[in-house]
Amino acid sequence: MNSHFSYLFLHYSLIISMVLLSSAIIITFLRLLKGPNLPDRVIAFDAISMMIICVISIFSVVEQQPLYLDIIIALALISFLGTIAFAQFIEWQLGQKNNSK
Amino acid sequence: MNIICSIFMLLGAAFTLIAAIGVIRFPDLLLRMHAATKAGTMGVGLILIGVMLHFMSVEATIKSLVTIIFIFMTVPIGAHMIARASYFINIPIWKGTIIDELRDHYNVKTHELISEHRKKVDTK
Repeated sequence: MNSHFSYLFLHYSLIISMVLLSSAIIITFLRLLKGPNLPDRVIAFDAISMMIICVISIFSVVEQQPLYLDIIIALALISFLGTIAFAQFIEWQLGQKNNSK
Repeated sequence: MNIICSIFMLLGAAFTLIAAIGVIRFPDLLLRMHAATKAGTMGVGLILIGVMLHFMSVEATIKSLVTIIFIFMTVPIGAHMIARASYFINIPIWKGTIIDELRDHYNVKTHELISEHRKKVDTK
Protein backbone atom coordinates (compact mmCIF):
# COMPACT_ATOMS: atom_id res chain seq x y z
CA MET A 1 0.00 0.00 0.00
CA ASN A 2 2.67 2.44 1.04
CA SER A 3 4.94 1.65 -1.90
CA HIS A 4 1.96 1.81 -4.27
CA PHE A 5 1.13 5.29 -2.97
CA SER A 6 4.72 6.48 -3.35
CA TYR A 7 4.85 5.29 -6.99
CA LEU A 8 1.57 7.05 -7.72
CA PHE A 9 2.92 10.22 -6.06
CA LEU A 10 6.08 10.05 -8.18
CA HIS A 11 4.01 9.54 -11.34
CA TYR A 12 1.77 12.55 -10.74
CA SER A 13 4.61 14.79 -9.57
CA LEU A 14 6.53 13.99 -12.77
CA ILE A 15 3.49 14.99 -14.84
CA ILE A 16 2.96 18.19 -12.82
CA SER A 17 6.61 19.23 -13.05
CA MET A 18 6.60 18.60 -16.83
CA VAL A 19 3.54 20.88 -17.14
CA LEU A 20 5.18 23.58 -14.98
CA LEU A 21 8.40 23.42 -17.00
CA SER A 22 6.68 23.59 -20.37
CA SER A 23 4.61 26.60 -19.32
CA ALA A 24 7.85 28.20 -18.06
CA ILE A 25 9.46 27.61 -21.47
CA ILE A 26 6.46 29.18 -23.24
CA ILE A 27 6.50 32.25 -20.97
CA THR A 28 10.24 32.75 -21.46
CA PHE A 29 9.84 32.34 -25.21
CA LEU A 30 7.50 35.35 -25.18
CA ARG A 31 10.38 37.39 -23.74
CA LEU A 32 12.66 35.99 -26.43
CA LEU A 33 10.24 37.27 -29.08
CA LYS A 34 9.51 40.60 -27.37
CA GLY A 35 12.87 41.50 -25.82
CA PRO A 36 13.71 45.11 -26.75
CA ASN A 37 17.46 44.55 -27.03
CA LEU A 38 19.94 41.82 -27.86
CA PRO A 39 21.04 41.23 -24.21
CA ASP A 40 17.41 40.58 -23.23
CA ARG A 41 17.20 37.91 -25.87
CA VAL A 42 20.46 36.35 -24.76
CA ILE A 43 19.21 36.20 -21.17
CA ALA A 44 15.92 34.61 -22.28
CA PHE A 45 17.81 32.08 -24.39
CA ASP A 46 20.05 31.18 -21.45
CA ALA A 47 16.98 30.69 -19.24
CA ILE A 48 15.37 28.49 -21.92
CA SER A 49 18.44 26.28 -22.12
CA MET A 50 18.37 25.93 -18.30
CA MET A 51 14.73 24.84 -18.55
CA ILE A 52 15.55 22.32 -21.28
CA ILE A 53 18.22 20.89 -18.95
CA CYS A 54 15.48 20.46 -16.33
CA VAL A 55 13.15 18.79 -18.87
CA ILE A 56 15.81 16.32 -19.99
CA SER A 57 16.71 15.35 -16.42
CA ILE A 58 13.04 14.73 -15.59
CA PHE A 59 12.70 12.76 -18.83
CA SER A 60 15.58 10.54 -17.71
CA VAL A 61 13.55 9.70 -14.60
CA VAL A 62 10.46 8.99 -16.72
CA GLU A 63 12.39 6.64 -18.98
CA GLN A 64 14.47 5.11 -16.11
CA GLN A 65 17.56 5.76 -18.19
CA PRO A 66 20.52 7.54 -16.49
CA LEU A 67 22.31 7.68 -19.85
CA TYR A 68 20.31 10.82 -20.72
CA LEU A 69 22.28 12.71 -18.05
CA ASP A 70 25.21 12.88 -20.48
CA ILE A 71 23.22 15.23 -22.70
CA ILE A 72 22.81 17.68 -19.82
CA ILE A 73 26.55 18.23 -19.43
CA ALA A 74 27.00 18.95 -23.14
CA LEU A 75 23.98 21.28 -23.18
CA ALA A 76 25.23 23.24 -20.14
CA LEU A 77 28.64 23.64 -21.80
CA ILE A 78 27.12 24.79 -25.10
CA SER A 79 24.78 27.32 -23.47
CA PHE A 80 27.68 28.76 -21.43
CA LEU A 81 29.83 29.10 -24.55
CA GLY A 82 26.94 30.73 -26.42
CA THR A 83 26.42 33.30 -23.68
CA ILE A 84 30.13 34.15 -23.54
CA ALA A 85 30.27 34.43 -27.35
CA PHE A 86 27.28 36.78 -27.42
CA ALA A 87 28.79 38.98 -24.69
CA GLN A 88 32.06 39.22 -26.62
CA PHE A 89 30.11 39.94 -29.82
CA ILE A 90 28.20 42.83 -28.18
CA GLU A 91 31.42 44.43 -26.97
CA TRP A 92 33.06 43.88 -30.40
CA GLN A 93 30.09 45.57 -32.10
CA LEU A 94 30.53 48.58 -29.79
CA GLY A 95 34.23 48.74 -30.71
CA GLN A 96 33.41 48.66 -34.43
CA LYS A 97 30.89 51.49 -33.96
CA ASN A 98 33.45 53.61 -32.09
CA ASN A 99 36.13 52.99 -34.70
CA SER A 100 33.92 54.02 -37.61
CA LYS A 101 33.05 57.37 -35.96
CA MET B 1 12.56 7.76 -1.21
CA ASN B 2 10.18 8.22 -4.14
CA ILE B 3 8.29 10.89 -2.21
CA ILE B 4 11.46 12.80 -1.27
CA CYS B 5 12.74 12.87 -4.83
CA SER B 6 9.36 13.90 -6.24
CA ILE B 7 9.19 16.75 -3.71
CA PHE B 8 12.64 17.92 -4.88
CA MET B 9 11.51 17.80 -8.52
CA LEU B 10 8.29 19.69 -7.83
CA LEU B 11 10.23 22.38 -5.95
CA GLY B 12 12.71 22.71 -8.80
CA ALA B 13 9.96 22.98 -11.42
CA ALA B 14 8.12 25.59 -9.33
CA PHE B 15 11.35 27.60 -8.95
CA THR B 16 11.85 27.48 -12.71
CA LEU B 17 8.28 28.68 -13.35
CA ILE B 18 8.83 31.57 -10.90
CA ALA B 19 12.02 32.43 -12.80
CA ALA B 20 10.09 32.48 -16.08
CA ILE B 21 7.43 34.78 -14.61
CA GLY B 22 10.21 37.05 -13.36
CA VAL B 23 11.82 37.09 -16.81
CA ILE B 24 8.59 38.20 -18.47
CA ARG B 25 7.41 40.64 -15.74
CA PHE B 26 10.45 42.60 -14.55
CA PRO B 27 10.97 46.03 -16.12
CA ASP B 28 14.70 46.04 -16.65
CA LEU B 29 17.51 43.93 -18.08
CA LEU B 30 19.40 43.64 -14.79
CA LEU B 31 16.30 42.64 -12.83
CA ARG B 32 15.43 40.08 -15.50
CA MET B 33 18.93 38.71 -15.26
CA HIS B 34 18.56 38.46 -11.48
CA ALA B 35 15.40 36.37 -11.87
CA ALA B 36 16.71 34.18 -14.70
CA THR B 37 20.10 33.27 -13.26
CA LYS B 38 19.39 32.88 -9.54
CA ALA B 39 16.12 31.02 -9.73
CA GLY B 40 17.11 29.08 -12.83
CA THR B 41 20.27 27.80 -11.16
CA MET B 42 18.30 26.87 -8.06
CA GLY B 43 15.73 24.99 -10.15
CA VAL B 44 18.35 22.98 -12.01
CA GLY B 45 20.15 22.17 -8.75
CA LEU B 46 16.99 20.94 -7.01
CA ILE B 47 15.86 18.81 -9.97
CA LEU B 48 19.30 17.22 -10.31
CA ILE B 49 19.34 16.44 -6.58
CA GLY B 50 15.96 14.73 -7.10
CA VAL B 51 17.36 12.71 -10.02
CA MET B 52 20.36 11.75 -7.91
CA LEU B 53 18.11 10.52 -5.09
CA HIS B 54 15.91 8.61 -7.53
CA PHE B 55 18.59 6.60 -9.32
CA MET B 56 20.87 6.02 -6.29
CA SER B 57 23.65 4.72 -8.51
CA VAL B 58 27.26 5.82 -8.81
CA GLU B 59 27.16 6.99 -12.43
CA ALA B 60 23.96 9.06 -12.07
CA THR B 61 25.31 10.66 -8.88
CA ILE B 62 28.62 11.54 -10.49
CA LYS B 63 27.00 13.01 -13.61
CA SER B 64 24.48 15.04 -11.60
CA LEU B 65 27.17 16.36 -9.24
CA VAL B 66 29.42 17.33 -12.14
CA THR B 67 26.53 19.15 -13.83
CA ILE B 68 25.54 20.97 -10.63
CA ILE B 69 29.11 22.13 -9.99
CA PHE B 70 29.54 23.17 -13.63
CA ILE B 71 26.29 25.17 -13.67
CA PHE B 72 27.03 26.84 -10.32
CA MET B 73 30.41 27.94 -11.68
CA THR B 74 29.46 29.02 -15.20
CA VAL B 75 26.07 30.75 -14.87
CA PRO B 76 27.40 33.67 -12.73
CA ILE B 77 30.30 34.13 -15.17
CA GLY B 78 27.94 34.31 -18.15
CA ALA B 79 25.59 36.70 -16.35
CA HIS B 80 28.55 38.91 -15.41
CA MET B 81 29.76 39.05 -19.03
CA ILE B 82 26.31 39.91 -20.39
CA ALA B 83 25.73 42.57 -17.71
CA ARG B 84 29.11 44.15 -18.41
CA ALA B 85 28.54 44.24 -22.19
CA SER B 86 25.02 45.60 -21.85
CA TYR B 87 26.19 48.32 -19.44
CA PHE B 88 28.79 49.49 -21.94
CA ILE B 89 26.32 49.73 -24.83
CA ASN B 90 24.02 51.89 -22.63
CA ILE B 91 20.98 49.67 -22.29
CA PRO B 92 18.36 51.88 -20.57
CA ILE B 93 18.03 50.99 -16.88
CA TRP B 94 14.77 51.16 -14.96
CA LYS B 95 13.65 54.66 -13.94
CA GLY B 96 13.19 53.53 -10.34
CA THR B 97 16.89 52.75 -9.98
CA ILE B 98 18.28 54.76 -7.06
CA ILE B 99 22.01 54.58 -7.61
CA ASP B 100 24.35 53.82 -10.48
CA GLU B 101 27.77 53.60 -8.90
CA LEU B 102 29.69 52.67 -12.02
CA ARG B 103 28.70 55.72 -14.09
CA ASP B 104 31.70 58.01 -13.59
CA HIS B 105 34.11 55.35 -12.49
CA TYR B 106 35.29 53.81 -15.71
CA ASN B 107 37.16 54.87 -18.81
CA VAL B 108 34.68 55.03 -21.72
CA LYS B 109 37.18 53.92 -24.35
CA THR B 110 39.24 51.22 -22.67
CA HIS B 111 36.53 50.07 -20.20
CA GLU B 112 39.02 50.16 -17.31
CA LEU B 113 37.90 51.11 -13.83
CA ILE B 114 38.90 54.50 -12.43
CA SER B 115 38.75 55.35 -8.72
CA GLU B 116 38.53 58.81 -7.12
CA HIS B 117 42.03 58.38 -5.73
CA ARG B 118 43.39 57.56 -9.19
CA LYS B 119 41.75 60.69 -10.68
CA LYS B 120 43.40 62.92 -8.03
CA VAL B 121 46.80 61.35 -8.65
CA ASP B 122 46.49 61.82 -12.42
CA THR B 123 45.45 65.49 -12.22
CA LYS B 124 48.40 66.28 -9.96
